[in-house]
Amino acid sequence: MDIIRMEGITKGYPDHPVLNDLTLSIKKGECFTLLGPSGCGKTVLLRLIAGFESPETGKIFIDDIPVNDMEEGIDVPPENRGLGVVFQDYAVWPHMTVFENIAYPLKIANVPKDEIQQRVMEMVDIVGMKGLDKRYPSELSGGQQQRVALARALVGKPSLMLLDEPLSNLDANLREEMRFEIKELQRKLGVTVLYVTHDQEIGLAISDRVAIMDENGVIQQIGTPWEIFEQPANPFVFNFMGIANFIDVRRDGTNFFVGTGTQPMPWDEKPEGEAVDWVAAFRPSDVTISREDKGLHGIVRRANFLGAMMDYLIEIDGAFLRTSLETHHAIARDLILKAGDTINVQFLSLHWFEKETLKGVRNE
Amino acid sequence: MSYVRLVNVTKRFGDVTAVDNLNYEIGKGECFSMLGPSGCGKTTTLRMVAGFEDLSDGEVWVGDRLLSSPKKNHYVPPEKRNFGMVFQAFAVWPHLSVYENVAFPLRIRKLDEKEIDQRTMDALKATNLVKAKDESPDFLSGGGKQRVALARALAINPDVMLLDEPLSSLDPHLREEMRFEIKDLQQKYGFSIIYVTHDQSEAMALSDRILVMKLGVVQQIDTPLNIYNNPANKFVFSFIGLSNFLSVKNDGSLVLPNHEGNIPQSFTLPERLVGEADLSLASRPSEIDFTTMEDPEGLHGVVTRKAFLGEIVDYQIKIGDQFMRVQKSRRDKGPEPGENCALHLLRPFWYAENE
Amino acid sequence: MSQVKTKSSFGVAQLILFLSIAVLVVVVAFPVLLILFNAFWVEDHFNFDGAIMILQQPATYQALKNSLIIAAMSTIGSTIVGTFFAWLVTRTDLPHKKFMKAMFLVPFMLPSFIGAMAWKMLLSPNAGFINQFFMQHLGFTGPVFNIYSYLGISLVEVMYLFPFVFIQVCGALERMDPTLEESARISGAGLFTITRKITIPLVLPSILSGALLIMLYSMAHFGTVAVLGIENGIYNIPTLIYERIHQSGGSFDAIRTGTVLATVLVISAALIIWAQRKILGSGHYQIIGGKSFRPMELKLRGLRMPMMIFCFLYIGFTILLPTVVIFLVGSLKTYGLSFSPENLSLDNFKFILFEYAVTRDAIVNSVTLGFTAAIITMFAGVMISYVIVKMKVRGKGILEFLGMLPFSVPGSVIALGVILAWSGQFGVNFYNTVWIILLAYIARYMAFSLKANSAALEQVHDSLVEASRACGATMWQSLKDIVLPLVKPGMLAAFFLIFLPSLRELTVSIMLYAPTTRTIGVAIYTLNEDGETVISAALAAIALIIIVIGQFIINHFSKKAGV
Repeated sequence: MDIIRMEGITKGYPDHPVLNDLTLSIKKGECFTLLGPSGCGKTVLLRLIAGFESPETGKIFIDDIPVNDMEEGIDVPPENRGLGVVFQDYAVWPHMTVFENIAYPLKIANVPKDEIQQRVMEMVDIVGMKGLDKRYPSELSGGQQQRVALARALVGKPSLMLLDEPLSNLDANLREEMRFEIKELQRKLGVTVLYVTHDQEIGLAISDRVAIMDENGVIQQIGTPWEIFEQPANPFVFNFMGIANFIDVRRDGTNFFVGTGTQPMPWDEKPEGEAVDWVAAFRPSDVTISREDKGLHGIVRRANFLGAMMDYLIEIDGAFLRTSLETHHAIARDLILKAGDTINVQFLSLHWFEKETLKGVRNE
Repeated sequence: MSYVRLVNVTKRFGDVTAVDNLNYEIGKGECFSMLGPSGCGKTTTLRMVAGFEDLSDGEVWVGDRLLSSPKKNHYVPPEKRNFGMVFQAFAVWPHLSVYENVAFPLRIRKLDEKEIDQRTMDALKATNLVKAKDESPDFLSGGGKQRVALARALAINPDVMLLDEPLSSLDPHLREEMRFEIKDLQQKYGFSIIYVTHDQSEAMALSDRILVMKLGVVQQIDTPLNIYNNPANKFVFSFIGLSNFLSVKNDGSLVLPNHEGNIPQSFTLPERLVGEADLSLASRPSEIDFTTMEDPEGLHGVVTRKAFLGEIVDYQIKIGDQFMRVQKSRRDKGPEPGENCALHLLRPFWYAENE
Repeated sequence: MSQVKTKSSFGVAQLILFLSIAVLVVVVAFPVLLILFNAFWVEDHFNFDGAIMILQQPATYQALKNSLIIAAMSTIGSTIVGTFFAWLVTRTDLPHKKFMKAMFLVPFMLPSFIGAMAWKMLLSPNAGFINQFFMQHLGFTGPVFNIYSYLGISLVEVMYLFPFVFIQVCGALERMDPTLEESARISGAGLFTITRKITIPLVLPSILSGALLIMLYSMAHFGTVAVLGIENGIYNIPTLIYERIHQSGGSFDAIRTGTVLATVLVISAALIIWAQRKILGSGHYQIIGGKSFRPMELKLRGLRMPMMIFCFLYIGFTILLPTVVIFLVGSLKTYGLSFSPENLSLDNFKFILFEYAVTRDAIVNSVTLGFTAAIITMFAGVMISYVIVKMKVRGKGILEFLGMLPFSVPGSVIALGVILAWSGQFGVNFYNTVWIILLAYIARYMAFSLKANSAALEQVHDSLVEASRACGATMWQSLKDIVLPLVKPGMLAAFFLIFLPSLRELTVSIMLYAPTTRTIGVAIYTLNEDGETVISAALAAIALIIIVIGQFIINHFSKKAGV
């Protein structure tokens, strides 16, 4: 069953829509991530669901009850939508203690005092803030403040929790730790999560399904993390999900040559279509390099030691690609290279796109 | 050939020793990084080299020129040291155009107008700023501002360039690009670099040698590859890349707390640790393979979490009451959450638990 | 989710907006409009020529010129003094910098007309203590310095106005990223070159903005010129307005001259505010940096001690000396006696506090008026700021424009405006009552309240309210539980920012007082004019004590509230 259904949502100025005729539904109990570059309208979408903003046209249903229907004049205010919301800047109230912050939604709902006490302390425990309930937010770290915000959003037992880039103000280590905690909470409490972020790694790590939105607020693909990563619908999705190599391949009859040279592409599965100019897309880890005379001949243009990884920029007849391999493998296989070395390149997997479709994706 | 020399350099703030008896030499044209967590004394050291901080003890030399020595009561002020320096917060002057920012050090030196113009334009060309030369740096992006700072430092053609976290105010994408630019400029102009950073991958990528520092004390000075391959101690190991540490008890034989499986045969202690009771077994998440449960080299555990991160899959494995992380390529088959598994540590390192 | 509700189209938002606009219109816009109307609307038609003719009269023309001359001299002087001291306490190794910085801010709280009175006692050409000392003991034949002059007036204004520049420049220098200067140093520049080529240009917007504030203040300043200028026939715009209205008892001609002069003030104030916004808006560099080190200090070396002595002398001469004179004169049995112990007593203070009805009433009036004005303005300010900062409603633009008004309307203009509006022409007659002074205070101090409250409200991020809405709280509940507690420090600050200055207010009160509605400022001024020097000095001394105590309370509260 869908917990959220959005139909024909339009938001923004007529000549400059942020969202245009958007339709999206989220299933009960899933962790759904909306992933897109900054300024693409994903936060607007979340704010529409929360009721902080109203769409110009379209309908939004929560649990099949209309909360926005612009034709019928329905616009339920946020306090009556029964959602939990967590913000990027935590938005914990600085004049209230941890306990008071978490207790607030229950107080508003006139829950009896001893029940509030019990439920808040339970929540404090669940988010790992035991013993800190009398502190004020200014005495807490960023990560702890975000835990308070999570507890506050969850204490009212909402069926849906909206998270707007909740981790982007935290440092890298904490971000990594917290994303698993959020996933853990979601599983434990069975709440549906809509998570909005620009960080593809978080999206992949915690989601049941991911939607990819482009700069114009158009959803490009919806699928499981694996589908999004391994079967990208188009170059935009491929590029957005990690470091992307795009090398030019030109069709000459039945031959496919790399770059401007005459080395044929060493890949059996050839693209179908009449176009002459193609692009082979792959990740740095989809490339294997060796000193044996197999595959494409290339020259190392830049060698970059990054600790656990070696990062090489290789040129093959005017086409550039990046590859990375683990340092200990590089040492073991005598693949510590320097600029100017010649090397041979093969592929483990790749995607074909028509060069046409790459416009605006690859920045050159 | 050593060019910049720090001899017994020490800095005390009251009772706190921020930099303790630091000694190193940097060759001409070498890129030397000081790496460490914030507050480790790396920036203070750089500022002592630049002349912004006094030394409590020791000497700083460039070539055969003594710059600072409190004992000999000798101190050359920053403006007479002829260094180029780039700061984290860009420090470009918004009231001067890009051109005038870069020309400033040359005007101070009272060069003639023609030479000023020529050297300014050279520096602007080298940093791709010719187009923006008449603008105020306020209108440039972070990367643009840092280019102006670089060009300004280049203009006097310094022998030594001091870089204080020059990339940490930039967004990650730009950081990588600027890193290559700095390296290219160094190759072109041949100056020595002293580079301060807390980002290990930045230091690894740029440096000829790295100094790892903690609480004002040098931990290791070596090439990036050697630091990665042979970390001198537990701190260096933990500071370079992702790391796992397992506590191991040693009472003649090795025991993992609350662990019911076997201990791999190849777990042998280095000579220096044989008598140590509390040990720490260090490994990197990327240097662990899954092996069969029958393999005598396998360390047994249970998968408690598996996350698909795109190119890599991240596992959390419970071993006794401790956790380890394993990262494998998305192409490698691995166990599922809840399953038992056996780990083969490709490069285990041993350290005393409390070193 | 229990019920489906639709948002009502007219509601709380519109009501608050309407109330806010109403407050500003009644209190500020209406009186100011009346001034413009009266200046140009004569006998049922617009008449610009009449206004110009009034400005061409010798007396008005001279007052215009005087306002400009005094403002220019004070501004230039204060800017130089303020910038120099700011640089000295932030960028050099001057000893006792913290103490000096605190002392340089003291003139902020001292009423300048009390200072002017002190200087009159010290340097009036014939009776001034210093002049007398030189003439009697050192054989001078004439006064060493005549305070009743352009230079005298401007110097006294500089003493009390330079903190405007000082505080702005100090702030800019302290917040400035030290690496901006260090990078110049590593480029080879010495500290002197850096100060000239980097530091000063970077803080120039702050210097100019402070200078414009002083200009605005000085143009419309009543007290100093009233105390020191009238003796020698030096009038500026506010003193001339006062003189005309006061002498004629509010005749048509006087009012008209007043409105024309007030219009000039309003226009110049608007121009100054516009210039200041432009400088702060476009030319303000982003010079606040990331890592913070101690900024470099210029070693004064041989100049260190002389500079310190200079600073102490300045503080002693401009702050300590006038204050001491006020207290001493206030303790004298009769003016003219020497300051020997047998001539000094506390009787005067007892007299004005407990026996003399004029001064006793003045203290009660000022405290009541200040308190009431502060409370009303604080609440009105919080409401108006809320609409401007937080609400998204149509018609907000009007409010934003109206909200600018209080910043640019000088005190004497407000006084004239409330006379026009509330003396019976429109059915309400408050003339000669405390109510008219109260209304004028509210208008005059609305700017302070708006400033403090908007600053506090801007700290309350939208997501804090949205979070409470998402928790199930309605708009009203969110205001009560989240917004109000969080802006409390701002409201408290607004209260004191209004209450304290109103205790020493002169410019507005002097135009509006009646025999029974004197305020402290009016009482000090009129007693002094009437030759009751000793009594007025004693009252001034008491005012100073109240102000200093109040300032301590503010500092205490603002530290606690973390404002």
